[in-house]
Amino acid sequence: MTGALNDLRVIELCTEAGAWAGKLLADMGADVIKVEPPTGSITRTYAPFYKDVPNPDRSLFYWHYNTSKRGVTLDLTQAAGREAFRKLAATADVVIEDQPVGQMARWGLDYPDLAKDHPELIMTSITPFGRSGPRSSEQATDLTLLAGGGPAWSCGYDDHSLPPVRGGGNQGYQTGCHWAVVTTLVAVMHRDFTGEGQHLDVNMHAAQNVTTEAASYSWLVARDTVQRQTGRHASAIPSQPVQVLAGDGRYVTTGFAPRRPRQIRVLIDWLDELGFKEQFESWPLLEAGANLDHDITMQTIQEGGEEAMIFGAVRDSLVFIAEHVTAYEFFIGTQSRDMQCGIIYTPEDMIEDKHFIERGFPTPVEHPELGETFTYPGAPYRMPASPWQIYRRAPLLGEHTSEVLAEIGLADQESSLRTAGVIA
Amino acid sequence: MPAKALAPIRIVDFSGVLAGAGATRILAAFGAQVIRIENPANNGAWDPIRAAPPFKDERRGFNFGGGWNNHNVEKLGVTLNMGTAKGKEIFPRLVAMADIVAENFAAGVMERLGFGYESLQSIKPDIIYLSNCGFGGTGPYQPFKTWGPIVQAVSGLTYTSGIRDQPPAGWGYSYMDHGGAYFGAIAMLAALHHKHKTGEGQWLDLACTESASTLTGPAILDYTVNGRGTRSEHGVDSNRGDLPMAPHNIYAASGTDEWVSIACRTDAEWAALAREIGEAAGDPRFATYEGRQANRNDLETLVAQWCAPQDKFDVQHRLQALGIPSAAVQTPEERIDKDPNTSSWGMWPTVHHSAIGDVRVDGIPVHASKTDWQIARGAPMLGEHNDIVYGEMLGMSADEIASLKAEGVL
Repeated sequence: MTGALNDLRVIELCTEAGAWAGKLLADMGADVIKVEPPTGSITRTYAPFYKDVPNPDRSLFYWHYNTSKRGVTLDLTQAAGREAFRKLAATADVVIEDQPVGQMARWGLDYPDLAKDHPELIMTSITPFGRSGPRSSEQATDLTLLAGGGPAWSCGYDDHSLPPVRGGGNQGYQTGCHWAVVTTLVAVMHRDFTGEGQHLDVNMHAAQNVTTEAASYSWLVARDTVQRQTGRHASAIPSQPVQVLAGDGRYVTTGFAPRRPRQIRVLIDWLDELGFKEQFESWPLLEAGANLDHDITMQTIQEGGEEAMIFGAVRDSLVFIAEHVTAYEFFIGTQSRDMQCGIIYTPEDMIEDKHFIERGFPTPVEHPELGETFTYPGAPYRMPASPWQIYRRAPLLGEHTSEVLAEIGLADQESSLRTAGVIA
Repeated sequence: MPAKALAPIRIVDFSGVLAGAGATRILAAFGAQVIRIENPANNGAWDPIRAAPPFKDERRGFNFGGGWNNHNVEKLGVTLNMGTAKGKEIFPRLVAMADIVAENFAAGVMERLGFGYESLQSIKPDIIYLSNCGFGGTGPYQPFKTWGPIVQAVSGLTYTSGIRDQPPAGWGYSYMDHGGAYFGAIAMLAALHHKHKTGEGQWLDLACTESASTLTGPAILDYTVNGRGTRSEHGVDSNRGDLPMAPHNIYAASGTDEWVSIACRTDAEWAALAREIGEAAGDPRFATYEGRQANRNDLETLVAQWCAPQDKFDVQHRLQALGIPSAAVQTPEERIDKDPNTSSWGMWPTVHHSAIGDVRVDGIPVHASKTDWQIARGAPMLGEHNDIVYGEMLGMSADEIASLKAEGVL
């Protein structure tokens, strides 16, 4: 069985902003050919490196974002490089690029140039502010996209003397890429139905703007402005803290506290089981809650009577338990009692957790050039009839240049292109 | 009007909140016919935001939730009580007309209703079935329940968002509800392409915690390859970040809770910023990236002092004029109503909702040259399209529909 996109060839001309889009397509089986300058993508210089030694073939950043792709070098500042790119694009179903606005046109490699004799081509352009509009020439990075586009406003701490936070891990770029992939696949379906290609103009700033959940629609609907809070939803109305340092020095998140008498009884039994019932001073309030003949409602909590006190004790008891057990015990203890609470894992905690190991999420990837095999994050979705997989590790610099030149009928020019520095 | 790319596609949709409803919303914006099914017995209360704020005016109730409208634009809405025998008879007739059945119930709910993948396949052999839940359809945590903040916590996204010497800040919203929606949409579209080629459907098992983990790749590899974990003496500082850029941070500007971001990607960009800052920035320790990294605290303090008395937009415009990436941290009002990029893009389309009236919603951040998106119709009121779906599509008579309503099936 092969991946869902195994009939598609994609030419990727992307740096840090768009490489994730190429990986998503490649791990679903598309033949993604990444085109880099002869000096290599700048992301080959990004830390961390294998054994911390900088080397263009050993950037772990590059490794992650470029699995399953083939890699070629082409100097597009030279006419011969552009001609080779045109030949390559003529064999492609999709061209995906994140070049500065206007660059593809200056090279004569923009959608009208490439689609003239190839109307079924889909070309996806990922730019910070879209190709038109008043901000299209502005510069951006992941940080400035998240700051200007909305996410940072909602992320940070209760203490507003601390700055808003850029969520980690290049999520601004990745959000732009998610939209690029979704719409590229919409265009693939349109082509399946009609044979017609098209151009897609992806605006990363706009992509952040529609990835803020309630921050946008609270303003659009009610002109409410959400305010950031530590570890929980930014809100126009402040909510209670949920992030607790557990007994072993790791954090948990307590989520919504239970409001049903039956659930409160479960909580009392758990306190008792742990030997904490007498230590938790408010346990009589919990008993009163467990003996209610109805659920506590948000309304009775807001009214501030006895039920508000009971609910406060329920919340406090969750915090009390969290502070006295390990984070993992709290996570398993709450979830197995039907309470939606979580453990704040590091990325490496997650990849080593037994649930994900049992599901086969951690994915071994062979690096024959090093004689080693490393664990990568695995499938974002299971599609058993057309399995997701990492077909091969990221390409070494220029690894597939000869192979691809031969495929587009330029094998006889390889040595002259190499001499001219068009390929490396 | 642009062609609708997905007009031939029909989705029978139980998916709600944002992680589910957000996925089918995107396909609907590109023309797929999405029929959202809700339970008449509790007025669709399975989806907690159907009746939740924000509200446009003083009216309340299950037809007035502002977030629900946002996430369900361009869909048809029907009611069907899956707990009744007649509901279980009618549902397969919808499945038989569909390309996709989508849901984001807790794992196992569809099996309990009698409509797990095998059962759906027996109704429609080439059906694509998307199940989207926190921990997936198998494994020891399969019964566990999640929402965005739990997914983000377990996947490492919460831990990796914060600043030096502070606890994790996490994400101040359900980032992974958006993520779940994007991954879900990608999986459905890839499966549609596979079906177009091969005639074969399949079960798409999406575990949001796993899709979230794929968004932390370099950190995972630093551990699995180099053995270096994320925990460290000063904790994570995602504002300073891991990209080779310095300065790279969010700085206080003049005013209350006003901030501006700056990132210097090259020594040349730093040199240009240093000329603006003046003499202190000429310190030769800062001339190279390695030097700026080695003296990062001093560097960040210097830039912070320069930003502090300035208006955040003045800093942004001043640095953009020099080609340096900079953006003010925008409030919702600033980025929605005052940023010319979003308005000129058509980013906030107005939809008409049959009960709420006219209201703006999120648009789609991509323009397609031949099959652009359209968002004009608001989310359905509860059961708004029962007559169209059960009458026109399934051929039920008005009397039949009326008696099913009286019996509580619709």
